[in-house]
Amino acid sequence: MEQGPAAAVGTAGAVGAAANAGAPAAVGAAAAGALSSGASAGYCPVPLPLSDSEQQCYSELFARCCCSSASATSSSSSSSSSSSSSSSSGHPQPPPEVGRGAPLPGPAATAGANQVGELFRASQLPAETLHQITELCGAKRVGYFGLTQFYVALKLIAAAQSGLPVRVESIKCELPLPRFMALKNDSEIRYSNPVEFHGMKCQIPYVTMEKNSFKRVDDGEKQDTMSPTMSPISSPPSSPSNYQRVPLTYGYGKLRSGMDQIHAAPYEARQLALQQEGPTSGSHGPKPTRRQTSLIRSLSVEREPQESNSNYPDDPWRITEEQREYYINQFKSLQPDLSSFISGSLAKNFFTKSKLTIPELSYIWELSDVDCDGALTLPEFCAAFHLIVARKNGYPLPESLPQTLQPDYLQSAFLKPKRDCALFDSYSESMSVNQQPRDLNRIETSLKEKVDLTAPAQDVNIDDKPALKISSMDEAMPKDVSVDTASPKDLNTVKARPRSRSYSNTSLEEAMKRVEEPPTPPPRPQKSHSRASSLDLNKVFQPNAPAAKPGLLPPPPALPPRPFVSQVLHHNTSNDSVSQPKPPGQLPSYSDFRLLEQTDQVSEIELHPQLTRTPSQTEESGSPVKKDLPPSKPIRRKLRPENQIMENQEPPSSVSGPSTVPIVKPHAPVQKQSSKQKKAIQTAIRKNKEANAVLARLNSELQQQLKEVHQERIALENQLEQLRPVTVL
Amino acid sequence: MAVCIAVIAKENYPLYIRSIPAEHELKFHYTVHTSLDVVDEKVSAMGKALVDQRELYLGLLYPTEDYKVYGYVTNSKVKFVMVVDSSNTALRDNEIRSMFRKLHNSYTDVMCNPFYNPGDRIHSRAFDNMVTSMMVQGC
Repeated sequence: MEQGPAAAVGTAGAVGAAANAGAPAAVGAAAAGALSSGASAGYCPVPLPLSDSEQQCYSELFARCCCSSASATSSSSSSSSSSSSSSSSGHPQPPPEVGRGAPLPGPAATAGANQVGELFRASQLPAETLHQITELCGAKRVGYFGLTQFYVALKLIAAAQSGLPVRVESIKCELPLPRFMALKNDSEIRYSNPVEFHGMKCQIPYVTMEKNSFKRVDDGEKQDTMSPTMSPISSPPSSPSNYQRVPLTYGYGKLRSGMDQIHAAPYEARQLALQQEGPTSGSHGPKPTRRQTSLIRSLSVEREPQESNSNYPDDPWRITEEQREYYINQFKSLQPDLSSFISGSLAKNFFTKSKLTIPELSYIWELSDVDCDGALTLPEFCAAFHLIVARKNGYPLPESLPQTLQPDYLQSAFLKPKRDCALFDSYSESMSVNQQPRDLNRIETSLKEKVDLTAPAQDVNIDDKPALKISSMDEAMPKDVSVDTASPKDLNTVKARPRSRSYSNTSLEEAMKRVEEPPTPPPRPQKSHSRASSLDLNKVFQPNAPAAKPGLLPPPPALPPRPFVSQVLHHNTSNDSVSQPKPPGQLPSYSDFRLLEQTDQVSEIELHPQLTRTPSQTEESGSPVKKDLPPSKPIRRKLRPENQIMENQEPPSSVSGPSTVPIVKPHAPVQKQSSKQKKAIQTAIRKNKEANAVLARLNSELQQQLKEVHQERIALENQLEQLRPVTVL
Repeated sequence: MAVCIAVIAKENYPLYIRSIPAEHELKFHYTVHTSLDVVDEKVSAMGKALVDQRELYLGLLYPTEDYKVYGYVTNSKVKFVMVVDSSNTALRDNEIRSMFRKLHNSYTDVMCNPFYNPGDRIHSRAFDNMVTSMMVQGC
């Protein structure tokens, strides 16, 4: 073991003089000395040659992994003591002694498995490679990551990253340092131990060195882009500590290379951070899983847009698409109306779940609530959320709200379609107001073109709303939407919203989709209609909260009868609006088009029950079937909407379907063609009458409400009169 | 130029107090504390009169040879006390008023923060910045 101390002295002296990060260097040098002596005795069959820089780097990493685990105090205290001793370097004896004293816990200490795992994941190697490495380095055998195992593993990681096969022989070569995307690790360390700052500062030069030796997967231009991204780092005035940004740049640069793990790691880290410390309440429970799935989906699908997205990777204050989606979903969970705001107390409860301290949350609120109204609009909420996420990842909060988090910037950004990330390129670093109208126009055109929305119905509707705000594309958008939403899934979602208010629609689905599209008045005047809304329209609007403004033509409060009435209505009005009843030839074709897509029976069933009613009202048709059906008329009428709804979505399996069909079919198939038209006309007439009835009822109810409001007003005016003389004096 | 600005809660404990030359901090604390008596006197003198903007500003509470003390009370009985240096060319009354108005606005913004519990010390950075600007240039 004499070689040990001698080697330790030599390396300690050399390294201690060379490097300026005293503590880890001393530890590392001595530890490396111990390693070389121990490696020969250890189970790693090959002695591990480590260069000076490698020793430094590895020791820092090991110290970080160790310090992150429970043995923080011992190593940090030892490192601080050794730093103080190495500062008086001229005595080769004391430093190695102290240094040697320090790693005595060193080789025996084990790096925490979590930290090591994260570090390895941050090396962006595929999982199998990492498994191989852990096996080779002996950790699996031993069961823990001791010093030797850790160093061997790091060496193997470096080998793998350089493209060498993962084998024991690889570690003999001269290898560059292993590269880690150190986003989360840095933050963890910052949070836990300020002494580690030295270690990090030392690693950053390695990071910057390594960027030049980037032999990564694909684009050579990445090297060029890496350097420009480094320079803007120093420019953001809001961040006091620029070096903390470098790991993020580094990470975002890797993002562009398109590796899954890279991208997964920060979001995973963020997810983990948010999930672990996240809320336990039920409202948050389903959200992380949903977020995960949404993130994973977006990760796997949206690789290209991510490329274009990360044109501005250097700015951690810029909200990415997935983040925005997530924030919007969270906003929706608190406040379904995206154009309204979240009250202060609600937001407070929500943000408190993030387990940040109250002063920090208070400061974040101060930054994000720019209008200081005690409530958060959607852009403000996203800014606040983003700040919280950044803070949890270790970023210091800025002195003032960054420009990319300003509400007006975010507001315009939100109007962009979610998947049209090409527009991102239009947003240069300086987001000027001039650009915004131009972008809005582009949004219009892009929204018009965008027909194949694969998003769930909700997103479509949300996109619809701002589209409506931008321009009057009422007709264009629903048509696009209705074409797409012939799928059963959308009809299912629509079925969940029985309310629909289409008195002037052209298609059934369009009518059902219209729940989101009634022209929304400006978001505030709810106060004036609060009374009216409190009556029963609120109950009506509950299932469809977005865009539920009482100032619109609301549906009649009698909600249950609506579905089949509206079905009838839509069909009727659709029939009417599409073509006059005069050319009857088209009507049955239209109804067939809607319903006979499924089967013939559907239209038969629909028409026949209606036919059964016509004799009672106006004229009689010549169908021989009706004689059988009048007794069961009311029942079938109620069944019909279910029939219609069900049969619209699924293969018809209605109750009365099979019963009427055999009756219908044998009778006069030839006469159907001519009598169908008559029936259709009668149907149309009846539907019109029903619509009239509904509207009349609605009218009466509104009159009633108006009366009540008047009375209220009179009462208030009286009150005012009574109070006034007192104050004037 | 204001040398000391204090925000006193309704129960007469300080929510925020800051003074510029650090060595006189204790003296200013004492000054503000004694000025509270004058504030109460003025407030009670107003009686049941209407509370409007004019009444919120109490004006000069009492002058000493070194400095003057101005007071302002809000509707919720939160008091702002400002100590200005007499050696300064006398700040006009409406300047003092505008300073108090700014203080009041900043205080309202602090209140709007849901994470702020009324009755806590004020730690808002925006408020600090505003007070600093007031103390440095006194406007």
